[in-house]
Amino acid sequence: MHFRILCLAAIAGLFVASCDRPGKGGDEASTPSIANPFPSTYKPYPSQTLLITNATVIDGKGGLVEKGAVLIEDGKIKAVGTDLKAPDGAATIDAAGKWVTPGIIDNHSHLGAYPSPGVDSHGDGNEISGPVTAEVWVEHSVWPQDPGFTRALAGGITSLQILPGSANLFGGRGVTLKNVPARSVQAMKFPGAPYTLKMACGENPKRVYGYGNGSTPGGAPFSRMGNVAGYRDAWIKAADYKRKLDAGESPTRDLELETLAGALSGDILVHMHCYRADEMAQIMDISKEFGYKVTAFHHAVESYKIADKLAEYGACSSMWADWWGFKMEAYDGIPENIPLVHNAGACAIVHSDSEVGIQRLNQEAAKAWADGKRIGIDVPIEVAWQWLSLNPAKSLGVDDKTGSLEPGKMADVVIWSGNPFSSYTKAEKVYVDGALMFDRNDPAIQPVMDFELGQPGEGDRK
Amino acid sequence: MIRRMMMSLAVLAAAPVALAQTVVVYGEKVWTGTSQGTLEDGVVVIENGRITSVGTAPARVPAGALEVRAEWVTPGLISAFSRTGLSEVSGVDDANDSGAGKSAFSAALNAADGFNPDATPIAVTRLEGFTRLAVAPEAASKLFGGQGFLADTTGLNGSIFEERAFAYVVLGESGASLSGGSRTAAWASLRGAFDDVRFFGARYMSHNEGNVLTRMDAQALMPAVRGEQLILFQASRASDLNAIMDFQEENPSLNVAIVGADEGWRVANRLAALEIPVIVDAFSNLPASFSQLAATSENAKRLAEAGVTVAIVHLDNDSHQARLATQVAGNAVANGMPFDVAMKALTTAPAEIFGMTDLGVLAPGARADVVAWDGDPLEVTSAPVAVYIDGESQPMVSRQTKLRDRYRNLDESERPLAFKR
Repeated sequence: MHFRILCLAAIAGLFVASCDRPGKGGDEASTPSIANPFPSTYKPYPSQTLLITNATVIDGKGGLVEKGAVLIEDGKIKAVGTDLKAPDGAATIDAAGKWVTPGIIDNHSHLGAYPSPGVDSHGDGNEISGPVTAEVWVEHSVWPQDPGFTRALAGGITSLQILPGSANLFGGRGVTLKNVPARSVQAMKFPGAPYTLKMACGENPKRVYGYGNGSTPGGAPFSRMGNVAGYRDAWIKAADYKRKLDAGESPTRDLELETLAGALSGDILVHMHCYRADEMAQIMDISKEFGYKVTAFHHAVESYKIADKLAEYGACSSMWADWWGFKMEAYDGIPENIPLVHNAGACAIVHSDSEVGIQRLNQEAAKAWADGKRIGIDVPIEVAWQWLSLNPAKSLGVDDKTGSLEPGKMADVVIWSGNPFSSYTKAEKVYVDGALMFDRNDPAIQPVMDFELGQPGEGDRK
Repeated sequence: MIRRMMMSLAVLAAAPVALAQTVVVYGEKVWTGTSQGTLEDGVVVIENGRITSVGTAPARVPAGALEVRAEWVTPGLISAFSRTGLSEVSGVDDANDSGAGKSAFSAALNAADGFNPDATPIAVTRLEGFTRLAVAPEAASKLFGGQGFLADTTGLNGSIFEERAFAYVVLGESGASLSGGSRTAAWASLRGAFDDVRFFGARYMSHNEGNVLTRMDAQALMPAVRGEQLILFQASRASDLNAIMDFQEENPSLNVAIVGADEGWRVANRLAALEIPVIVDAFSNLPASFSQLAATSENAKRLAEAGVTVAIVHLDNDSHQARLATQVAGNAVANGMPFDVAMKALTTAPAEIFGMTDLGVLAPGARADVVAWDGDPLEVTSAPVAVYIDGESQPMVSRQTKLRDRYRNLDESERPLAFKR
C-alpha cells in the first residue's frame, strides 16, 4: 500500500536521522529533529497484570469468544481465550454478562481543534487563508484541555485521528492521538503513527474560496473543475520537489511541499473528504496520475454507488451511519451505506466528525449493522466491529499496534455493560495501553479537564 | 424470521390501499402510554381511523380485518421540536424556508407558509415511527422566530392540523445576538414587545411601528401574550431558565414551555412547581457554549424525577434528523431514565405540551396513529415494519429506500443503473 522509496546516501547526509525526510514522522525518538520536530512524548501509564474472565469477547479480527477471557500484561494483550489462568499477583475481573472489545478508533475527529466551548477564539480547525495549506499541521491547533476528549473516552474511544477541516483542497497534516488527558498534544501523540494529509472534494473548498470568500488571495477555486486543477497544480509542484530530493539535491525547505512530497512517497497517508461517488472516481484517477494512494475517503455518503470500484482500488470509506441532507452533496445519503460498502468487499469505517457522535460510535455501527441486516446483508457483530477498530487502525497505519485483541498489541480495551450494539449499553471501563483511564462506576477514574474545574457541573456524570 | 416475512407480505399487500382500514395489530409487547402499561401479547384494533380496543390476545377480529404481527407496537411517535418539512437541503438557501434573517417581520412569520408536505425528510421521518410533528421556524431576524405548527407525516396536502400552535422565542446566547449583542438587550426586546401588544390600540393607532414590533408582529404575538397560545422559549443556561420563570411569575397567565434547557436539572424543582414542561436533547453533555457548562446526559432523567414534563428530541440537523429522537431516548434510559418515562417523552409528553388530543396513546377512542416495530423502539437496531396514521397504512418508501434499491446491485452490464427503479 505504501510506496516507500529507497533512501539515498545524499539524503542521509542531509538529515540527522539516516532514512528520514522532513516530516516523515513515525520514529519514536523523543528528541526533536528536522525529521520529527514534535516527537511524541506519550508513555503508557502504569498498569497491572489483569485477567478479565467470563465476558463475551470480540477480538477485533472478526472473532467472538463466549465466556471468553483477556489477559493484559505490561500494557499489552498477552492472550485471548476461554481457559486463561491468572498469573501470580494478577488482578481479575469477572465480567459475566459484559462484553469486551478493542477500544474504538475514530479516524475523523476535530476534538481539540474545534473544542468545547465552540467559541470563535477556539476555532482553530481550518487555515482558510488559501486553498492549499498543506504546510499546516493540525496538532498545532489541538487544545488538549478540550472536554470532548473525556466524553469520547467515556464512549470507549482509545485512539483518534484529529484532522484539519475541509475548507481547503489541501487542509494540512492530521495527527493520530492516544485518548489520554495530557498537558501537551505531544504527550497524546500515538508513538510511531505515520502522519496523514487532509484533502477535500466538492462544495466546501469552492464555497469557502470561490463564493463565500472570493476576496481572499487567489479567489479560486470557484467550481469543482477549479478544485481538480488546484489538486493537480499542487501535485505537479510536489512531484518536482520530490524529484529533487530523490536526486540528492537539497532544495530550500518548503513546509507545503515537504508534506505533499511525503504523500507522494507514501510516508504520509492521504485522507480525503469526499461525498459524491463521481468525485471519488475522479480522485482515484488523479492519484494514479501522480502515483499516490488515497488511504480513506471521508464522509463518502455515496460510496454505496461505487462500492465495487472502491474495493478494486483499495480505499477505505469512513462513513456516518445516517447523516444526510444537510447540504447538496449529502443529499443522497442512505442508512445502508456502510453495510453496502462492506458487502462489496471494500473497507468500511464508522467515523464521527462530531464531538457528539464520537461518544457512541458503537451505536452508529449498530444502526448500520441492523439496516444492512434488513436488506439481507447479515454481518456478524464481531465482523462489523472491524468498522470501529481494525479498519480505522489500518487507515491510520497503526494496525500493527492496536485495533484488535491480539497478543503483543497495545491493551486498548473496553469493558461494556452489555452488548455494545444496544442503546442501553455503556462503556464501563476503558483501558489505554493497559492503564485504566475511565471507570463509569468510580468518579476518581473520570478525568475532568481544566476548563470544567470550578464551573457548574464539575465532576458531574457526563 | 418467518413471522417477520409474513408480516412484510401483509404490509406489502396493504401498502397501496390508502383508505381507513380495519386492522388488528398484534404485538409481543404493546406499549400503550396509558394505565394499561405494556401488554404482553397485546392486540390493538383499528376501525374507521380510530383505535377501538386495546387488550391482550385473543381479540375480537372484525370481519375483513387485516391482521399484522410485530414484536413491538407503540403509538405513533411525536416529534416535539424540529424543522421537518421546512427544508429540503439545509445548506441550500433556495431549498430552505426555516428562517429569514433579512425579513422585516418576526413574530408574524407563520412557519406553516413554508411547509412542503412533499419534502423528502417527511417520509424519512415517518419510516422511523414518527407520525406527528411540532415544527418551529428558526429565529433569524429577531428573537421572535414566529409561529410554529403541528402536522402529521402523511406527506399529503392538508397534513398540517394546527397552524399557529405556538409562538417561538429564542433567548440565551442566540436571543442576545439577535437583539443587538447581550441578554440585557434581549430582555428589553421581550418586555418591549409585550408592551407593544398590551398597548396595541394606542401604539399602532397612527403608525406601523411599536417599540419593538411592527403592527403585524404585535398582532401575531397577541394570543401568546394573552396566555391563549403556548410560548415556546429556547434557552439553556440556568440563569436564563430562572429569568424565564421570573417572567412567568410576573405574567402568571402565560402558557410557557422551554426547548433546550441543558441546565434544566439545576432548576428542576422550580420548573416542576411552575408546571413548565421542557423539550430536551438528552445527547447534550458538553460545555458546547458558555450556556451549557452544566450539561449532563442525566438532565432528562433528573428533570423527570423532579416532576417536570419532559419531551425528548434530537436537535442537531433538525430538518432531517428528528427521527434520531428514539436513539436519544434510548440513551436517556441508559443514563437512568425509566423506559416508560422515555417512551412518554416521545408520545404523551409532546401531546400534552402541544395540546394534541387523542394522540400519543394506544387507547380506545384515540386516533389510530400506530407503529409496529421489529424490536424495542428505543433500540438503535430496531425499525418500524408498519406505520398507521389515522388508521391509514403508510407507504414504507422514501427517496432513501429508492436509492438503496437502485444501488443494491451494481451490475450495469445490460443497462445503466438509471433505468432501475
